[in-house]
Amino acid sequence: MKAFTYERATSAKEAASAAVRTPGAKFIAGGTNLLDLMKLQIETPQHLIDVNGLGLDKITPTADGGLRVGALVRNTDLAADARVRKDYGVLSRALVSGASGQLRNKATTAGNLLQRTRCPYFYDTTKPCNKRQPGSGCAAIGGFNRNLAVMGTSDACIATHPSDMAVAMRVLDATVETVNAASQTRAIPIADFHRLPGATPNIETSLAHGELITAVTLPKPIGGTHIYQKVRDRASYAFALISVAAVIQPGGRGRLAFGGLAHKPWRVESAEAQMPNGAKATASAVLAGARTTSQNAFKLPLVERTIGAVFEEAKA
Amino acid sequence: MHQDEGFPVSRRGVIAGGVASATLVAAPAAAQAQTQGTAQSAPPTMPVTLKVNGRTTKINVDTRTTLLDALRENLKLTGTKKGCDHGQCGACTVIVEGRRINSCLTLAVMHEGEEITTIEGLGTPEKLHAMQAAFVKHDGYQCGYCTPGQICSAVATLGEIKAGIPSHVTGDISAQPTVTTDELRERMSGNICRCGAYANIIDAIHDVAGTERSA
Repeated sequence: MKAFTYERATSAKEAASAAVRTPGAKFIAGGTNLLDLMKLQIETPQHLIDVNGLGLDKITPTADGGLRVGALVRNTDLAADARVRKDYGVLSRALVSGASGQLRNKATTAGNLLQRTRCPYFYDTTKPCNKRQPGSGCAAIGGFNRNLAVMGTSDACIATHPSDMAVAMRVLDATVETVNAASQTRAIPIADFHRLPGATPNIETSLAHGELITAVTLPKPIGGTHIYQKVRDRASYAFALISVAAVIQPGGRGRLAFGGLAHKPWRVESAEAQMPNGAKATASAVLAGARTTSQNAFKLPLVERTIGAVFEEAKA
Repeated sequence: MHQDEGFPVSRRGVIAGGVASATLVAAPAAAQAQTQGTAQSAPPTMPVTLKVNGRTTKINVDTRTTLLDALRENLKLTGTKKGCDHGQCGACTVIVEGRRINSCLTLAVMHEGEEITTIEGLGTPEKLHAMQAAFVKHDGYQCGYCTPGQICSAVATLGEIKAGIPSHVTGDISAQPTVTTDELRERMSGNICRCGAYANIIDAIHDVAGTERSA
């Protein structure tokens, strides 16, 4: 790990100001992903701003009947919140399908959104990676890419976003709230928060330098049957090969978002009109424009079958 | 050191003496806090007060020091083990403010004044914690390296079920979860046992919970 200085921020504005003022600064909250990457010198911040003291750890009702989830609410606490379990079951399910009990106790809502890809070439500092070292190339294209992206990829990057939580937030149309050093706030729809890789896969979100996430808001509950179906190589404590977050209404209409397919939680709203027509029609609309490799082409039929399983579960 | 009472010859001492590695013994903190690139200036250090097993100690650490390294190298509480050092194996599991965490993936300076419980704080050789006794009774280990993490995780797992925190295998997430074999397997998946003592670990946890293992 490279040496760094450390400070504890006491307000969001102060944290954002420190991030703008200090070269090479990063926020740290749960730290479960950042410290892992720092040990491997994939992340090498010169300064850490500990935001754990900002008091952003509460879940409160919003005026329009939704919930405002503080940026520092731990994954365990969000999954266990009675309101989330009752009205946003897909989010609870997605959270408890990710990581381990120990990690969920530390990992935060904002940190989960900001976690980096688990592409093996991003982690291997001896290999080219446009995300880790812009312009160096992509070792994953033509490499071991069984678990990498099939949607929205570019010639520069085929990494996936690893979060389960973010997939559920995408299906729920959550909004990411931020503040910057000038105390300006922004509300970013989750659909616009994560970026596709394009030519600059090193830029992963729409956050500006020093902009701090303060909360994620969930719109008022939409009812329906909430399902999070995650398919992975082992039964627990593994990243998704693919995952499906679903909210299904009586009659078979609803919403679907997918993990393990792209550089961001993947949702094709126009494809949702196909849901009453079954898994095949839906999958084919979701996967239009897919670009696969010889190793990850299995994800396409897997998406169709998992959608089928989700539809069956919703009927049961 | 109080925590070494009853263990005049520690495994650590035997290993350190056996390999006669002067650098390992003399400068343990440097093992993790490598100083490449900072030869000209000393790496930043900070004071932090750690409250471990009811005992408060103020130490000065390199900011890079993980809670795991602070426990082992600064406080000499070597019950907590370093396995992968990347949050994948669970050997470093300790309980902080009532929650189990991977002590390898958090910085010591991030735990100023927090209540930390390690395996040494759960029980003593004379007075074992119920979970420690159950691991002995059910032979919940072979080499024992993952055991402190398994036991801390198991104690916290039963607490999490009691607190109503759902898991991936909980059928009805709105209902109070119960101690079933499936629940224990799922909730303990962050603790890896290279010897494969899982079945006996599950038996030990069931014993403490007063429940039975199902196939």
